[in-house]
This record gives sequence, C-alpha cells and structure tokens, in this order.
Amino acid sequence: MTRKQKRLAIIGGGVSFLIAAVLLVMFAFSQSVAYFYVPGDLAKADLAPGTRIRLGGLVETGTVKRGDGRTITFSVTDTLDRVPVRYTGILPDLFREGQGVVAEGAFDAQSAVFVADTVLAKHDETYMPKDVADRLAEQGVSLGGKETIR
Amino acid sequence: MIVELGHYALVLALATSLLQAALPLAGALRGDRALMEIGTIAAKATFLLVALSFCALTYAHVTSDFSVQNVWENSHSQIPLIYKYSGVWGNHEGSMLLWVLILTFFSALVALFGNNLPETLKANVLSIQAMITAAFALFILMTSNPFNRLLNAPGEGKDLNPVLQDIGLAIHPPLLYLGYVGFSVCFSFAIAALIEGRIDAAWARWVRPWALAAWTCLTAGIAMGSYWAYYELGWGGWWFWDPVENASFIPWLAGTALLHSALVMEKREALKIWTVLLAIMTFSMSLLGTFLVRSGVLTSVHAFATDPTRGVFILIILILFIGGALSLFALRAARLKAGGLFAPISREGALVLNNLILTTAAATVLTGTLYPLALEALTGAKISVGAPFFNMTFGLLMLPLLLAVPFGPLLAWKRGDLPGAAQRLFAAVAFGLVVGCVVYYAQNGGPILAALGIALGAYMILGSMMELFLRSGLGKVAAGVAWRRLSGLPRSVFGTALAHIGLGVTLIGIVAVTAFETEHIIEMKPGMTAEAGGYSLRFEGLRKGNGANYSEEVGHFIVSGDGVAMGDITSSKRIYTARRMPTTEAGIRTFGLSQLYVSLGDDMADGGIVVRVWWKPMILCIWGGALFMMAGGLVSLSDRRLRIGAPTRSKKPKPVLEPAQ
Repeated sequence: MTRKQKRLAIIGGGVSFLIAAVLLVMFAFSQSVAYFYVPGDLAKADLAPGTRIRLGGLVETGTVKRGDGRTITFSVTDTLDRVPVRYTGILPDLFREGQGVVAEGAFDAQSAVFVADTVLAKHDETYMPKDVADRLAEQGVSLGGKETIR
Repeated sequence: MIVELGHYALVLALATSLLQAALPLAGALRGDRALMEIGTIAAKATFLLVALSFCALTYAHVTSDFSVQNVWENSHSQIPLIYKYSGVWGNHEGSMLLWVLILTFFSALVALFGNNLPETLKANVLSIQAMITAAFALFILMTSNPFNRLLNAPGEGKDLNPVLQDIGLAIHPPLLYLGYVGFSVCFSFAIAALIEGRIDAAWARWVRPWALAAWTCLTAGIAMGSYWAYYELGWGGWWFWDPVENASFIPWLAGTALLHSALVMEKREALKIWTVLLAIMTFSMSLLGTFLVRSGVLTSVHAFATDPTRGVFILIILILFIGGALSLFALRAARLKAGGLFAPISREGALVLNNLILTTAAATVLTGTLYPLALEALTGAKISVGAPFFNMTFGLLMLPLLLAVPFGPLLAWKRGDLPGAAQRLFAAVAFGLVVGCVVYYAQNGGPILAALGIALGAYMILGSMMELFLRSGLGKVAAGVAWRRLSGLPRSVFGTALAHIGLGVTLIGIVAVTAFETEHIIEMKPGMTAEAGGYSLRFEGLRKGNGANYSEEVGHFIVSGDGVAMGDITSSKRIYTARRMPTTEAGIRTFGLSQLYVSLGDDMADGGIVVRVWWKPMILCIWGGALFMMAGGLVSLSDRRLRIGAPTRSKKPKPVLEPAQ
C-alpha cells in the first residue's frame, strides 16, 4: 500500500466506526430514554400504553397497602392529582408516607394502575429526588423545612 | 487555634501556588534558572502547607470540635474513631481539600523526582500544576471553606451520613482522587509541551509513568467504589450507570486510551498530536467529573450539599482550563511534527483501534450522562438515561475491542502479520470455544449470549498469556531455558498480559452475574428455608442489638448445602440514632468466587419479614479482574525503562533520592 492508501484506510475505518457509534447512540436514545412526569402532567401527556416513564411525587399518606406479601400498592400525588402504583419487591429504606418518591415503569394496559419495577426514594434525610422537588416547587407545593428545594 | 492555623496555611498555600504558577513560567520564557528553580521549592512548600491545613481539619474532626461548622454538620461525638478520620473527606469541603492535597502531592513528586527533566519542561509543568492548585484553593476559600466557625458551638454534631460510615469511605475517595488528580500531571506535561512547541519520544517516556500510576489508582478507586456500593446499599447491584459513577469511568476510559497512545509515541514517535490531545482530554474529563459531582447539578449520595455559587465557580474553572488548553492546542498543534508511518495492520494500527474504540466509548458514556442535563437546560423536559442505554451502546462498542485485545501484542510494529497472529491465537480461540460449550452444556442450554460472553472472556485470558508463551518458547524448548527467557522479558510485557487477563476475568464476572444470578423475594418466618444457588438458607429469627451509634434488627440465617450446615449469615437493618436514618446491612457469604447475598426488607404484621436473597455466581471475578489490572499497572510501573528519568541504562546508581541542596 502506498502512503496515501494507508492513511485513507485508517481514516476511512475510523470514520465508519464513528458513524456506526453515532447511529447506535441515536437508536439507543430512541429505545431507552424515560421521561419524567408528575401525576398532574399525565392528562396532557397522552402516553401510549406500555411507554416507560418515571413517575414522581409524594407517597400519599394513608395509601400504602401491602397486598399478598411482596406486592405493595400506594398512590403517588403532586397534591392535586394522584396515580395508583403497584410495585412488587422491597422498598428502599427511606420510602415513607408523605415523602418524595420516583417510580419507574409503565401503565398497565387495562387499568389505570402504574406498574413500577423500580422505586427510588430520597438518598438521605435532608434531600429528595431533585426532579420531584423541582416540579413540586413549580406547582407551589411547599415541603417544609430544608426540603423546600433550591 | 489549630483550626485557624489550618485556615491560614491554606491561604498561604494559595499564595505560594500563585508564585509557583508565575515565576517558573517566566523563568522558562527568559531562560532564567533561578526563577525556574523557585518552582521546585514552591511546589514542596505548597504541598506542606496544604498538608498542614488538612491535618488541622483532621484534628478538628477527631477531637469533635463542633464549633467548626464542617465538623458540626458532618460528625458526631459517638461515631467510631476511624469514621472521625475518614469523615474528614466525607463531606463537600473536606473532600475538596483532599482533592487539592493530592494535587499538590503530585506537584511535589514532580518537583522531587523530576531532576532529569529538561529544566524548562519541569518549570512549565510545575507552573501549570500550580495554576490548577491556585484555582481550586481559591474555590475552597471562597465557596467551601471547611474552617468556618460557628458563633455558639453546639454540644453535639449532626452526624456523618450513615451510608458513609463504612471502611469504604476511608479507601475509596483517596484512591479515586489519586487517579483523577494524577492525570493532572499528564495534562501539565501536555500543556508544557505545547508552550515549548516541541515534543518527542522522551516526552512520552516521562508522561507514561504518571499516566500508569494515575490509571492504577483510578482502577482501584472505581473497583473499590463499586464493591462498596454493592455491599453497602443492599440492592445487590455493583454498577448502576449513575452519572456519578460515569464521572469517574469516563476519565478511566480516556486514561486507558492515553496509556496506549503514549506507548506508540514512545516507541515510534507517531500519534504525537493525538497523545497530547488525549492527555488534555483525560484531565478535562476528571475536571468535568469534579464539576458534575461537586456542583450539585446531580443529586446523589456524593452531592453532600449544594450551593449554586459552587457550581458556577467550578464551571468557570472548567471553562478556563479546558478552553485554555484546547485553544493552546489549536494554536500550537500544527507545530508538532507528525511521526513515523505504519501499515493499518500493525502494533500501531492495533493501538489506534484501541484508542478509537475507547474514546468513542468514553464519548458515548459522556453523551448519555450529559444529555439529560442539556435537555433539561434547553427545553425543561426531564428524562432519565438509564442502564439500558449504556448497556446497549457501551457493550456493543466495546465488543470489537475485547476481540482485538489479544491480537495487539502479537502484531509487530510498523507492519504486522494478521494471519500469523490469528494462527498463534488458535489455542486461545479453541480454549474459549470449549469453555463456552461447557458453560452452555452445564446451564442446560441457557442463554447462548452468556455462553459466548464467557467464551470471549476465556479466549481473552489465554490469548493475553500467549505473548509470554511465545517469547519464552514454552513447550518448544527445555523448561529451564523457557524460564530463563521468561524472567529476562521486560516487566512491561508481564504488565500488559496481567492487565489484559484482568479484562477477561472482569468480563466473565459481568456476564456470569448478569445471566445466571437468581433473585428471590420471600416472606420468611423463623424456621423457614429458602433455596438459592444450590444452597438452602434457614431463617433462625430476628434479634435486636445496639451498636456504638445505632440500634439494629439482626436477621440470623444458617446456610447449608446438601443437608450439611456450612455457616451462617447475618443481615441487619439499622437505625442510626442521630439522624434517625435507616440503612440496610447486607449479609454476604462467599463460596469460591460466588456469593450468597441476603438483605432484609419490611417486617410483616404476622411476625415474618420480607427477605431478598440473591445468588451471585462468579461475582468476585468483576473486582478480581480489576485487581489483575492494578497488578498489571504496578508491574509495568516497575519496568526499568519507565523508571522516572531512566530513559537509558544508567552507569551508576541514580541519585534520585539524594536530599536537595
């Protein structure tokens, strides 16, 4: 191979790899990105059944019910609207009624129940999930004390 | 008094670092040796001052001086002594001080051991290091002062976050920072080379040990962090593709690329411009990681507290250094002469492929990490980019690299023989396939991808040893001869083999855990048994207990295999008294390379408890592989060619450790 051909081979190989990587990233984004909603957004959102989203808000007081063993139902609220959530598994240590929570999953096709496969609560006592805090603050919900967030 | 002394020492350190930034640079420009020499003294002085300041903060923490705001917010008189020490960096201010301490430590090392660097290069490197030091010292003093006093000293502290009350906090951050910040030296060398407009193979030889040392520490820090999260959080996961994890992983990927491209530059004087750019980018990614973790744009256990001024300040530092470095690069890069030519199929070609894939993978992880932030800033939409994205993109992109790893060392410089290399790797490929078939058979079918993944790992392990076999002629010559040849090989050959083997080991662990782990969530009452991984786990009951600063509920389990009791597992839920914060302490028992992992959930009304039991097959391979990589880094570091300032065999013992006059 001549000098020019060598250089061309290397550059060509590199560029095609990069193009493949960019396409892959775009494809992966279209497949696996989950949007964040609070209950009040859902009416406008018009989600296709089965779309993965992250649902955030407060765990409504008095709604946490343990079904048969590991299945737990509760409502997530932004104090205006509420969404019933079903989750099977162990809840995080800091899951409490009246506290911030983010549930990841999709709506059940038949009912209006949100089936979560992941539930995240606050990282520690002083903070709450940032997305939740921001949105609740926008809606004028005061969380009291240090938890009224930035 | 001691606290004020620490504060004062930090201010002095800012002053000396400003001197160190300005004088050697001016000296290098004017060829003034006296001015350049000041850099060496100033670097040592800055390090000592920052160390003094750090000791003062440690003193305040250890003596529980709650009149210091930082101690009050992050400590408690009741926590065990070791957490009083490690708690020094278990908070924003203290961890930034540790960052600067390590930065000045590296500057001092350059000052101490850089005696055989060209004078101007050393002066410029120290000057760039000092600019970074000054920026971050200013950051601490202006926005994150750990020495602030409270007017009325409270009687008791607010406690260290219970999740951080673990031996992991003593090890993970210092190692991670040694890695993160260690790349600053490579950055400074790159900038110094650009300032001088001259760069050669010797430059790569000086940079490589620093890159290797930083890379080894970063590998250790990331692996340690991963294991810590695994056992401490009680979720059984070892990597979450959390932005904070990515922030340390991106510099690791870029640093790995840098190690390899510096090799090409050292041996063949090729890829000069690219290596300089990589050195800049690696540390830029470290800075970006610092920004992501410390500015509060992300909420996580690492964002101890947030304050918008800090974010803006770090952002300015980021823009100044990255922007400045890249502008200088744009201005000067054309001056650096391109080096030797090589065929696409050659050792250089393989290393270019390595660099291409690693940097693309790093860019992908960076995109996934920053995209949600950018989207939120631009449109307000909140999205999360989670593990599926990273697994898909990163996993697929790395695949060709993993296949190519054993080929690299078998190709000759300049023009390689691909069919020849493939022929030599025949045994490794065969070995991999056999292992894959065995796994497939043993798992009664099982996912074919998992069998292929483990086959790939096995192929990488044997393939990486191939160079050692070939060069020693093992099996072809007498064992004694082969041994003598083996011990005569340069250490870097062993280092390469070890690190590549480690990659294969980690891959096997990842694939095995992902494909074959089992998870059961069961309600258990005392006397009930659960099955996992061929072992049965009998729940003995719960008892209450008290630790130094927490109360706990401990679940006791007895593990047995084939009816024979093999030991017990205790798993607990703790409530830390000061913050009333609950944590889960997982119970883990190791069987060979696999682990049984038990964590407790909620108490049931009828006296039972929800228990989560995982069987984690081969999971220790994940971190075991990292140990191999670290060993590879250390062995390479001990290679005489890389010993700092030993570009050629020296005739007499080097006077490196002689006291400075």
